[in-house]
Amino acid sequence: MAFAAFATAEAQPQAPRKRSAIALVLLAPGIAYLVLFFLTPLVSLLLTSLQVQSEFGDIGEFDYAFNWQNYVDVVTSYWPHILRSFGYALVATVLALVISYPIAYFIGVKARSKPLLQGILLVLVIAPFFISFLLRTLAWKQVLSDESFIITSLKALSLMAPDAHFTGTPFAVIFGLTYNFIPFMTLPLYTTLERLDLRYLEAGGDLYASPATVFRKVTVPLSMPGIVAGTLLTFIPAAGDYVNASRDFLGGPGTQMMGNVIEANFLVLLNYPAAAALSIILMAAILILVGIYVKRSGTEDLL
Amino acid sequence: MSGEGQAGAVLGGLAESEQLEQRPQPTRDRPRRGLGRWLLPTYVTIAFAFLMIPIVYTFVFSFNDSVKSNIAWRGFTFDKWLNVCNVEGGAVCQAFGNSIVIGLVATVLATTLGTMIAIALVRYRFRARSAISLLLFLPMATPEVVLGAGLAAQFLAVGVPKDMVTIILAHTMFCISFVVVTVKARVASLDPALEEAGRDLYGSPSQVFWRVTFPLLLPGILAAALLSFALSFDDFIITNFNSGSVSTFPKYIYISAARGIPAEANVIASAVFLFAMILVITVQVSRAAREKRLAKLG
Repeated sequence: MAFAAFATAEAQPQAPRKRSAIALVLLAPGIAYLVLFFLTPLVSLLLTSLQVQSEFGDIGEFDYAFNWQNYVDVVTSYWPHILRSFGYALVATVLALVISYPIAYFIGVKARSKPLLQGILLVLVIAPFFISFLLRTLAWKQVLSDESFIITSLKALSLMAPDAHFTGTPFAVIFGLTYNFIPFMTLPLYTTLERLDLRYLEAGGDLYASPATVFRKVTVPLSMPGIVAGTLLTFIPAAGDYVNASRDFLGGPGTQMMGNVIEANFLVLLNYPAAAALSIILMAAILILVGIYVKRSGTEDLL
Repeated sequence: MSGEGQAGAVLGGLAESEQLEQRPQPTRDRPRRGLGRWLLPTYVTIAFAFLMIPIVYTFVFSFNDSVKSNIAWRGFTFDKWLNVCNVEGGAVCQAFGNSIVIGLVATVLATTLGTMIAIALVRYRFRARSAISLLLFLPMATPEVVLGAGLAAQFLAVGVPKDMVTIILAHTMFCISFVVVTVKARVASLDPALEEAGRDLYGSPSQVFWRVTFPLLLPGILAAALLSFALSFDDFIITNFNSGSVSTFPKYIYISAARGIPAEANVIASAVFLFAMILVITVQVSRAAREKRLAKLG
């Protein structure tokens, strides 16, 4: 949504922009705030990631240094978590896209002639946002627990091994990530599909393309901005999430992601340099991936 | 940015969707036979049922006559709704109250700063525009853990103790970009002729702003404020890094998840859910009514 807004707002015809001192007055406070509380913290994070343990200090006391070794250390100890973060996020993003596309298509295209139905369905898509994210995830934990109706029925039907669990497995974490980010995928998809000119689809059909070909060659390319925005809005928060993978929620000891180890290092072990180095790795990897992705999908005007 | 975060973006989107564009009208629907016609509606119905499961679960279990943990169903009661604050010395309500205060202050700050930026971006020419756009975009593309850890590292380096103030500073930071995006769309759709008319009628710049521009921007600003509040209220990850010993509603849930969430938390979440839904539906219905009126006039 946000990405889409960034791309479209400029398109409107506008009165010529003036050069004025007022601009400075309007911009200065907000920009100063972001420099102070967004940009400087990133620099702090970078500096912290290079710190060394104080020689005679307590746990959690560090001195500024230029200790690249921290990066080597966190990669050697946490490479499974790093791979898991991006792997889970990737699978969840693909699943969310596959699940959301038909929903968005139905709301944006099929329900276009019925504004009331469209409105109701949109409200239903965003309804999960109005109930705490953590409680939603915990609800799934209960609904899919070993004693739950769903899991006991699956076991009774021999679709699941009698001693198998669902919660605590990678499947559960990916399930949770997918569920929680479906609305982020559906909304940008809906925004582009809602503006889709159906005459293009008809033209495709008139030229003897099968419905499948029309979908592949016309609908999907035209909805690319929504697909890019939706996958980014899903992938970025999913890769950094640590609630779904947490042991008290849907995860287990073998499902910890980067977010979990950053949290543990920062808030429990007080190993700030390790947490900072992991954060920098996460941020850098995401920026690189997003850059490549946006370039490859040909929607550079997004930024 | 955060999961539950961008969430609110929708609210903004909803409120802004009123700039009606001439969207292509649907033409004849190709008649399809048998199964194919029902496939998509059936899928969508199942998908929505799936999306609603946790909401229904949370709501139903707010009526559970639970003793300590709220896992097994022990019977129906209104008790938890009537005595929300009676559990654990009111810890849930304390956390809820903190969340409201933090949400309100962060919303006022972020909406003010963000609206000013949005006006400047649309109306004025200035140097370093692309750098500023990037600075506004980046917080939305940064994972919440990184935002949270970064701020916490900075507060640590400067020696600021973590409390309500640090939470508010953090929330304001990540809300600003979303406010800018929401309000910017509104400023861009504003007809400059209206302000010109105000000036022609000898309105001073401040009169023109407060009597013409601001009222016209108000729907966008309100949408942005609503969005900020929703983002702040449900934020957990950034809060967790910058809250010290202060509790918020999401943090309370995270911490009690290990020993079991009391049904009272479900009560608060359900009440917030109902309130938000009523708000959104009212806005939708009143917009539909207004559009109908305008259509009649036109």
